[in-house]
Amino acid sequence: MAKLMTMKDAIASFVRDGDLVVMEGFTHLIPFAAGHEIIRQRKRDLTLARLTPDLIYDQLIFAGCARKMIFSWAGNPGVGPLHAFRRAVEQGKPGPLAIEEYTHFGMVLRFMAGASNLPFLPTRNYPGTDLTAANPLFKKVRSPYGEEDLWCVPALNPDVTIVHAQRADADGNTQVWGLYGVQKEAAFASKRVIVSVEEVVDPSVIRSDPNRTLIPGIIVSAVVHEPFGAHPSFVQGAYDRDNDFYMKWDAVSRDEASFQGYLDEWVHGLPDRAAYVRKMGARVGGLQADRQMCAPVNYGF
Amino acid sequence: MPDYTTSELMVSRAAKELKNGDVVFVGIGVPSLAVNLAYRMHASGICMIYESGAVGCVPKRLPISIGDPCLVTGSLAVVPMLDVFNLYLQRGLIDVGFLGGAQVDRFGNINSTVIGDYRKPKVRLPGSGGACEIAALAKRVVITIGNSKRTLPERVDFVTSPGYLRGGRERETLGLKGGPELVITDMGVYRFDPTTREMVLVSVHPGVTVATIKDNIGWDVKVADDLTETPPPTSEEIRIIREELDPQGIFLRSKAS
Repeated sequence: MAKLMTMKDAIASFVRDGDLVVMEGFTHLIPFAAGHEIIRQRKRDLTLARLTPDLIYDQLIFAGCARKMIFSWAGNPGVGPLHAFRRAVEQGKPGPLAIEEYTHFGMVLRFMAGASNLPFLPTRNYPGTDLTAANPLFKKVRSPYGEEDLWCVPALNPDVTIVHAQRADADGNTQVWGLYGVQKEAAFASKRVIVSVEEVVDPSVIRSDPNRTLIPGIIVSAVVHEPFGAHPSFVQGAYDRDNDFYMKWDAVSRDEASFQGYLDEWVHGLPDRAAYVRKMGARVGGLQADRQMCAPVNYGF
Repeated sequence: MPDYTTSELMVSRAAKELKNGDVVFVGIGVPSLAVNLAYRMHASGICMIYESGAVGCVPKRLPISIGDPCLVTGSLAVVPMLDVFNLYLQRGLIDVGFLGGAQVDRFGNINSTVIGDYRKPKVRLPGSGGACEIAALAKRVVITIGNSKRTLPERVDFVTSPGYLRGGRERETLGLKGGPELVITDMGVYRFDPTTREMVLVSVHPGVTVATIKDNIGWDVKVADDLTETPPPTSEEIRIIREELDPQGIFLRSKAS
């Protein structure tokens, strides 16, 4: 089956109500276009997992898509709190939101355990923290090779993982440069994988630089050509983080009416990301990345 | 003496804690400014690591988030977060971690999770992020926080990031090395007693009295016999902070006290 499809078809085909959904990307490459399409398609009862829920999950929570969130740091980086998340946890608005909380290291290990087909992974982290009492899924084990006690976190195996990247071929062989975050581990842990990319390239481009392939096509279900699909986050070498958007978001999201107004105007009021890019107009060009090319390498033998 | 803000003094004091050659886990705000100031002043051999995976960073602008693209450009390596936490942090390569939080207690435990009860929080805070593992696994931890009864209670509402727990040898007994070394507030600087492991006031900032400090902390804090005054930032440090590190005043908004 051809994997190359629109975001609308990819979300409709591979994200189901009640799914455990992961949209990863640590500051870099956050798949906002996919998040907006999930809101447009009014998916419900999702369990959302991500190290940093960021604005993308705050929007999904506000839109009523989420039943539960699994996370390790819920804030607007360098700015302040995530207001929809706080309203959900502190006041149960728009509905109750269950939370399952880890740390960044814990979440990374959960994905790695899931990706490796293991039930858990251990770490030297966590002695003395109250996090292990707040979340009973942390378990302590005695090392079978010595006298040490280690805390463990359970594998996390999403139903679907969505990542954004610089480029992929039509089979989903996906190349990333810049910050990797935890996308590789999350993708390998997942039953289904959707990749959206700035550029769909010929397989010969991928094969010209195989060391840069983070996610192989053999685990990818759908490939979406979605330029500017990570805005307001960034894509190294393509466009800068829209820090102005992140700073202004604090006021937009603090007030429930203006939050709804944003979703009405920029999500429900638009058919797709291409329309979003047109609506952004000249602001798109202002974020364009400078050129800083790397030295070529020789793959010959 | 040049005009300076309390935040600039905190940045300057935190920078002095870094040695040339230290491998430093950097956060955003005061920690980032402090590390970059140390890099320009006395520690050009510092290796900056951000939990986003950038190693050996040379940021050309002030990073607004720990995942800023300027951390990647020109860095020595970019690695998956799995490597940051397993190979760099848990392996024991990180000399210094900087941490903040909503509350820090008498034994250097940090809360960045909730105010009030975990299940029924009065205020839901962002959570650990990478703070818990930095507190547990870095060799030295430097904490920056405001000085008030609210931010420095005798016991934090929730231990997100372990300090010396309930003091004495509890941290070591649980198998953790390192621990918090220094707490820098807007009023003074504290270290930890080597036996009891409780915070001890070692310097007060210019213009601050011990009485003021005692009125703004949640327990009867001990004062070092050799209490000193925190040295103010030099003109050169202030120039670097204002002109090179934060020219738009993003983190240190008011330019003079």
